[in-house]
This record gives sequence, C-alpha cells and structure tokens, in this order.
Amino acid sequence: MAVYFQKREVVVPGQLLAEGRYRPSFGTYDEDGKIYSSLMGLAELKGNTVKVVALDGVYIPKEGDLVIGIIKLVAGNNWKVDIGGPYGASLHANNALRRPYSDDISEYMDMGDVISAEISAFDRQSGPFLSMKGRGLEVLEGGMVLEVSPAKIPRIIGRRGSMINMINDHLRIDSVVGQNGRIWIKTSNVEKLRLAIKAFRMIEDQAHTSNLTDRINKMLAEEVAKLSSSEPSEEPSVEVETVDEEEPIEAESVSEPEPKSEAEPEVEVVEIEEPVEEESEPEASTDVEIESDDKPEKEEVNE
Amino acid sequence: MSPEVKPDFLISPEGLRVDGRRPDELRPIELKVGVLKQANGSASIRQGKTYIIAGVYGPRELHPRHLTLNDRAYLRVTYRMATFSVPDRKRPAPSRREKEISMVIANALKPALFLEEYPKAVVDVHIIVIQADGGTRCAAINAASLALADAGIPMRSLVPAVAVGKADGTLLVDLGDEEDKYGQGDVPMAILPQTGEITLLQQDGFFTREELLEAMQMGINSCNYLHELQKDALKRVYVRNPEDGEDTFDDDLEADLGESEIMEDE
Repeated sequence: MAVYFQKREVVVPGQLLAEGRYRPSFGTYDEDGKIYSSLMGLAELKGNTVKVVALDGVYIPKEGDLVIGIIKLVAGNNWKVDIGGPYGASLHANNALRRPYSDDISEYMDMGDVISAEISAFDRQSGPFLSMKGRGLEVLEGGMVLEVSPAKIPRIIGRRGSMINMINDHLRIDSVVGQNGRIWIKTSNVEKLRLAIKAFRMIEDQAHTSNLTDRINKMLAEEVAKLSSSEPSEEPSVEVETVDEEEPIEAESVSEPEPKSEAEPEVEVVEIEEPVEEESEPEASTDVEIESDDKPEKEEVNE
Repeated sequence: MSPEVKPDFLISPEGLRVDGRRPDELRPIELKVGVLKQANGSASIRQGKTYIIAGVYGPRELHPRHLTLNDRAYLRVTYRMATFSVPDRKRPAPSRREKEISMVIANALKPALFLEEYPKAVVDVHIIVIQADGGTRCAAINAASLALADAGIPMRSLVPAVAVGKADGTLLVDLGDEEDKYGQGDVPMAILPQTGEITLLQQDGFFTREELLEAMQMGINSCNYLHELQKDALKRVYVRNPEDGEDTFDDDLEADLGESEIMEDE
C-alpha cells in the first residue's frame, strides 16, 4: 500500500507508481499487484485509480469524440475521412444526410471538405465510424485547420472549456476543437488569426506546466490591447498590399513574377518532350496566352 | 584517414584500455530526446565517437497492406549506416548486416512494447548511424527505446543495451572499435531492467562458460546504469523546457499544483 510518485510528476515508462489496492488506468500496467507507468507523462491519482496523462502520442479514436476530418474519398454511400492517426474513418450517408438524398453524395460533401463529426463506433475489429447527426456537426467552411498534438487537446479545451472559451472571448473568433488534434479557426482578421495560432502553439509547448490559463490570458490581453491601440494599422496593411503590386519585394509578390520568368523556359521543355503537339501555337500566340495555356500542362509534366 | 594499425596492446600493463578506461567503465554517453522536429519521437546518442539518431513515426497506417497484423501493430525497424560513418565509404545499398541488425533490434525492443494496443497499424523506427565507433547496435537500441518513449508508444520499460567483450584475456564493457576489431570476442546484450529479462544476447568469438556468465553480469550492471541515464534524458525534456528560455515561469513539477486546472478529459 504505497504510492511512489508526487502529484503530476513526470514519469517514464517502467517507473513503479503504486503498490497494493490501487486500480491501474490509462497509461499504466499491472504486474504482480504493482502498477507501473507505460508512458512518459504526468502521473495522477484519483481516488484509488492511478493514471498517466500522456505528453505525446497519436490520436486513437474513442466513441463519442468530436473530431475534425478531411474527406479523402467518396465511395458509393460512404465518405472516407482522414481523422489523423493510424485509423481512417468512414462516414455513411445515412449518418450525415436527411433522406431522401441524391445517389451522388459528392453533391453534399466532396473530397477535401473539412467536417466536424462524432465517432459513433470504434473497436479493434472495425475501423472508426463517424456520424454527423448532432448539434454543430457540419461542413466547416471558410476557416483554417491548425494541427496540434492530440495529447495536448484536453489542455487546450481546459477545465469545462475554460481555456478555449477564454481564447474565443478575447479574439472573438469561431473555433472548433477536435479531439484528434485539429483546431478549426475562422476569423476575417489576419492579426487575430495569428494571435490565435500563437496562443494554441504556446499551450502546446507548455501544456505540462502550471498556471497556463493565466499566462495565456495575460498574453492575449496584452496583444489584443496592442492591436486595438494600433487599430488604424489596418489601413497600412492595406497599403502594403497595394505596394506589393508595384514593387516585388514582399514575399507574396515574389511568388507572382516567378511563374512568368519560369514559364518561358518550361514552355521549351514541354515542346521538346512533345514536339508534335501545338508546335506552331506557342510561336504564333502572345506570351500571355502561352502562360495561361501552359499552366495545366506544366502541372501534368510535374506529376 | 590514415590506414589503421593494430595497437600493440589492448590492455596496458597498468590494466587500462587503449582509451584509458578501466575494464568495467563505459565510454562517456550523451543522450538527447526530441532531436527531430518532424518525427513523432526521436533521440540521439553519443557513446564515445559513435553517434546515432533514431526517429519514430507512428503508430500510423501500414503500407503495404499485406503486412498488417490483426491483433497488434507491426514494428518496422530500419537500421542504416551513413556512407560517411566509417573510414572506407559504406555503399549506400542496405547490406546484409544492416538487415540483420534491423531485425535484431526489432526483436530486442518488441518485448518491451504494448503493440497490441494498436492493431493493424505500424510503428516505424528509423535508425541512422552518423558515425560508427563500435557498439552501434547497442547504442541504437538505447536511442530507439528513448525515441519510442518520446513518441508516446506504451511500453513496459525502457531498454538499455551494452556490448561486453574480451581483449587480451580481460572482459571489457562497452567495446570501442579497436577492441571490437582486434579483441577476442563480443557479447552484445539488452535487458528489461525491472524484471531482468534479456531481450538481446549475441556472441561472437570464444568464451568459456565462466567468462560468459561473468560477462553477462557485467553487462547487466552496465545496463542498469544506462537505464538511469535514459530515465534522466527523458525527464530532462519536460522538467527544464529549453525552447522558451526567456519565459522563466515556475514549472517545478514536484510542487503541489492544487486543483486549479488539471487536464479534464474524463
């Protein structure tokens, strides 16, 4: 009858955690009545249950989890969805659409669409199945997806959502946090988006430390204050964009001229490879047309 | 590099080895965890002049599919030596020796892992020898087990490994390159320190029964020491966060943090 760790101590695999009438839980294993850690993580004792909160790891689906998935394939009545981790999920049309629905379900959701869904079933035999019947389970449009370590998600949500609510309040952004380590963020303000990413990255880095909510709160309060004090700075940012077009100094504008200069040599390469096709056309037409014509071809060549 | 010459003696009259170590002394060992950004888990080891990096990817979807195991994850270890890791350029194609060592390392690590938690998936362990100076397979096991722990793969225990050998009739721990080449034998071994189970034991050269038993005992002692180094290396990653040096916050994890905000994912 003994516990061999301090509260929230960093433990390593194989470390003896407790002995006697304790119950092994996630991240531990039991051998001869002794409980050892099976992960690197923070050890915790709740009642008489010993568990280890992982500091890293891939996403393993759990029934009832909210996840953010990306549709990879439309296969008959199913969508194959990437939810990160080793197991690909499938979503049946019956669990997503209201009947009657069209035979071609790609009308509703197609490859590349980002969705929020719930894991409705998962066991060792059959891969995870998703469902989108529920509040807030929908196609996510017009935002970005940030990937963080799935092990850090509980910390990003915080106790009863304290952390994520605090971030949303500060920045007034739309966000959905999936248990699979994906965070969907939607805001029209680039600065706020940057701040949100900074905050999430900070939580990810420092997830194992204490008083994190306070530190994030302070950081966001300061940064938001800075933003609002330089509120007219939105105009300069517009100016920068207009300057871009004139002077190719900024990073964004550099990408524009490059295809122009590259397009010409590549046209030649294409000609050499396929001399029969459109041999006269590049010569006859103007440069601009060559560019627009050859862009798809260029992609094909690359593949 | 100048052509190597066999040293006149491997054990000096004073009983010390070519590099001045005592017979039961390990080379200086430096373990680092989290050296690769892209990998799920990674570790590097410097043991004397040997330098090895191990990266772990997964558990992830297994390709090709026919290798799938329905009751557990597949452990795929690839041990490779860099072309510049040895004095004569190593040809980059995977050699027979590398394939064998890959398998041997996989077998040494497997008993420590709870692979049955991830059926049908794969755990990839990639090991690259940057510089070889003897004892690479044992050093590789040390680094790989740290990388696996860093990746959050559930495991029974870390796996320390060390080679014990014989030169000039004396048993030596942690052979260097010259002792390996010109000595009389080599016994690489890996153990699970908690139970004392041996997961790797190979032998090359001649040993009497007594010598082998003594060599194994020396190896187990060294492995226990190495295990302590491994645990330290792992804990160091989180106890002292090196990335954010400017932000000196209180992260003394042994302090009572109160009920304020513990991860809630019940």
